[in-house]
Amino acid sequence: MNNDTKVIERKEVVIRFSGDSGDGMQLTGQQFSDAAALFGNEVSTFPDYPAEIRAPQGTVGGVSGFQVHFGDNPVKTPGDFADVLVAMNPAALKANLRWIKKGATIIVNNDAFNAKNIEKAGYSENPLADPAMQDYNLVPVPITTLTGEALKESGLDQKTIVKCKNMFALGMTLWMFDRTLEHTEALLNQKFGKKLDLAAANRKVLQAGYNHAGNVHALAVHFDVKHATIEKGRYRTITGNKATAWGLIAAAEKAGLPLFCGSYPITPATDILQELAIHRELGVKTYQAEDEIAGICTSIGASYAGSLAVTTTSGPGLALKSEAIGLAVMAELPLVIVDVQRGGPSTGLPTKTEQSDLLQALHGRNGESPLPVIAAGTPGDCFHAAFRAAKIAIEHMTPVILLTDGFLGNGAQSWKIPAMKDLPPITPRVAREGDDYKPYARDPETLARTWALPGTKGLEHRVGGLEKVNITGEISYVPENHQLMTDLRQEKIARVARYIPEQQLFGDPSGKLLLVGWGGTHGHLYTAVEELRAEGHPVSLAHFTYINPLPANTGEIFARFDNILVCELNLGQFALHLRGAYPRFNYLQYNKVAGLPFTVTELKEKIIEIITK
Amino acid sequence: MAENNYTPKDFKSDQEIRWCPGCGDHGIINSIQKALAELGHPRESWAIISGIGCSSRLPYYMNCYGFHTIHGRAAAIAAGAKSANPALNVLQISGDGDALAIGGNHFIHAIRRNIDITMLVFNNEIYGLTKGQYSPTTKLGTKTKTSPYGTIEMPFNPGELVIGAQGKFFARSIDTSVNLTADVIKEAARHHGTAVVEILQNCVIFADGVHAAITDKEHKEDRQLILRHGQPMLFGKNKEKGLVVDRNGMLRVVETGKHGVTIDDILVHDARSENPSMHWMLVHMKAPDFPVALGVIRDVEGHTYNDALEAQITAVKATSPLHSVDDLLNSGETWEVK
Repeated sequence: MNNDTKVIERKEVVIRFSGDSGDGMQLTGQQFSDAAALFGNEVSTFPDYPAEIRAPQGTVGGVSGFQVHFGDNPVKTPGDFADVLVAMNPAALKANLRWIKKGATIIVNNDAFNAKNIEKAGYSENPLADPAMQDYNLVPVPITTLTGEALKESGLDQKTIVKCKNMFALGMTLWMFDRTLEHTEALLNQKFGKKLDLAAANRKVLQAGYNHAGNVHALAVHFDVKHATIEKGRYRTITGNKATAWGLIAAAEKAGLPLFCGSYPITPATDILQELAIHRELGVKTYQAEDEIAGICTSIGASYAGSLAVTTTSGPGLALKSEAIGLAVMAELPLVIVDVQRGGPSTGLPTKTEQSDLLQALHGRNGESPLPVIAAGTPGDCFHAAFRAAKIAIEHMTPVILLTDGFLGNGAQSWKIPAMKDLPPITPRVAREGDDYKPYARDPETLARTWALPGTKGLEHRVGGLEKVNITGEISYVPENHQLMTDLRQEKIARVARYIPEQQLFGDPSGKLLLVGWGGTHGHLYTAVEELRAEGHPVSLAHFTYINPLPANTGEIFARFDNILVCELNLGQFALHLRGAYPRFNYLQYNKVAGLPFTVTELKEKIIEIITK
Repeated sequence: MAENNYTPKDFKSDQEIRWCPGCGDHGIINSIQKALAELGHPRESWAIISGIGCSSRLPYYMNCYGFHTIHGRAAAIAAGAKSANPALNVLQISGDGDALAIGGNHFIHAIRRNIDITMLVFNNEIYGLTKGQYSPTTKLGTKTKTSPYGTIEMPFNPGELVIGAQGKFFARSIDTSVNLTADVIKEAARHHGTAVVEILQNCVIFADGVHAAITDKEHKEDRQLILRHGQPMLFGKNKEKGLVVDRNGMLRVVETGKHGVTIDDILVHDARSENPSMHWMLVHMKAPDFPVALGVIRDVEGHTYNDALEAQITAVKATSPLHSVDDLLNSGETWEVK
């Protein structure tokens, strides 16, 4: 730290790394986030990248970004606007300027601001010379040149040297926030393994960036973000997709069942399959099927054979799985279908987030085909939501759809590690040899049937997609029986409401405005309500995890508020669902379908507009 | 030695069979019940998984674990069941439309993976349950309800798909040959890996007689070559006809005792040859130049998916430091907040 360095204490800071999709910005952001988390900050991250692996270089469409929000208090979103931007080229500056606070520090690699790149980004002149840039603390650094100088005696070729430049940027930002290099150095050693020269080169550039930042007058701002004061315990960072995978593994262990995942790669859900594929040591069987349909069908086969079976997908894949989900409904077999939602329809926006599939999850099947739908609220909550989805599937003998989304799946947060002993039990309804087994005899409370696993002597029976006689399971087209079985299947799902927690409320129990949301918007809605309440506005939040069935006290909560504002990242799918379930209330809507999460700012503006009307 | 003293009756369920009178499926289910009884595996170890179509009703009529699923997907469901519990004996039932049209993708990929299941394809060259539309095995030019002027597309030969998908076991039989069908099903069930049995089946309502040229009593000895591993490829009423390879490497029918041909000239069937070239030629044989090959055409042992999956789990467990979910949750970088 030089003598001019001014130390500014901040409760929280948002930093955004951006560059070409081949510039290593995801790794850089992840490293920064880990360093902050290890220091003891709460973190929340948001990767924002194009669907193309190497989109046209230098263009705005090819910009890959990674935003990290960290602080000394529970951080619930990756932050709307950044305090610090790292822009590795003109396109990155152009794509991100709208997400930067006025007065923010912008570190640019001015080596990349040549005529060609400036033109590719769609600028007519060098944007760094634009008077509008005076609103920011602009720090031009010849990152490519300085990286080259640091490695001029390394013996590496020019291309390899240039690739190390992201470490220079990372070193600079770690200096700014007084975070150590240790963690990144360890990672570099691990990442490059036996390629000692590459590990050494990257470490050297990291250190060079760190040292350089200390000598730049314009970086005389040194932020001090203290440890977070949060609940005691052991923490880690976790992405939503990893948390989902781990929640499923935890449920299998708790239930004493083997875990089987039949799946097909699809963005942004693939990470779950990849994570599960690692854990053969815990007995996890993954099956990369020939298509989405085979993904769910192998899982249905595994469920039939007695596994906790899951399949993972995103919107287009859920559409392909519809018929098979209906089979699981009819055969009344446990199955967890994870849909990591993305922008739709059709191929849509594969890497962007959207609450696109709620109606598909609720209704996208032929016939009367009810099933429970659960939605995770935060990356860490994906663990608990996946666990609960599996618990309901197994104990109520039904397929369950778990909705997460690209924002949750790829986003990460600090997460308090749960202990298995603290998670609720999961009790499979398995029939035993010697039981008087009837395939469609039901538990009088839950209406769940019993699972007789092939291989169990004396319980041989037949199930299938044709309508069955209640209790015995023989094929039947009798009108009264079909009515009875349809009603029973519906009632079985409705009764799940008896086994889920009551809906929680944040804020006053009654008042002028209730904000309603579901799933992955939790962090933004919560933060908006928290901030508005701190500013004295009478607003409360009911954020839903259980979508079908809805918690039993939902109507009672709604009745206590003058206005209900349903906020969601679609055109009003949850609002439509609520109008069906509780038609007596008037639902206002705030919808956004832009492939992006809400910002806290826009939510607050909308809420204030309603309150002050 | 059978593990249990079963009779075919032990495998009949209490459900009334609803196939049309005269349907070839009646003969096939008799063969299956005979085969399963003779194999002697515990009845509860059998999971019979079917798709959609007339043949796919079969699980309801078998006193085993049965799962009547959805159109085309039986192979995938069976693959999942076997992968999840390799101790099961999985028998998958499909028709030609179920296995080769809507389920074609699952069919070839189950075979490619060599999952240890037995797949029976009831081939009647027609969609029966939807009342008479052409299928992917319908002969070129056949008039059906959806091809009133005759089909204009080439049919699949199931065996060529099996071999093309790197299949290790393929057998063929006919519904009317109850004993032969039972025998090849037993061989298929004993085979370690995906075993496909094509059973030529007559649909008495919508495609009656599609296999009559082969089954017809007058000519069947001349038109059926029943292959047995290690035996010469002989056929005809007095086993006077046989197959040889000509100098172009092609199969040719000859008669022993004529033109100096002796029994020693006749090809000997090697079902266990890794190289599928001869099996391919046998699969393709058809009238009028050749008899139709029946019996076990190909039977080669190889690496199975389900064994490899179990072995991988054992191997990874042996070296991993993680033994429980608590270990997993606390693995990697963590920190304590005090």
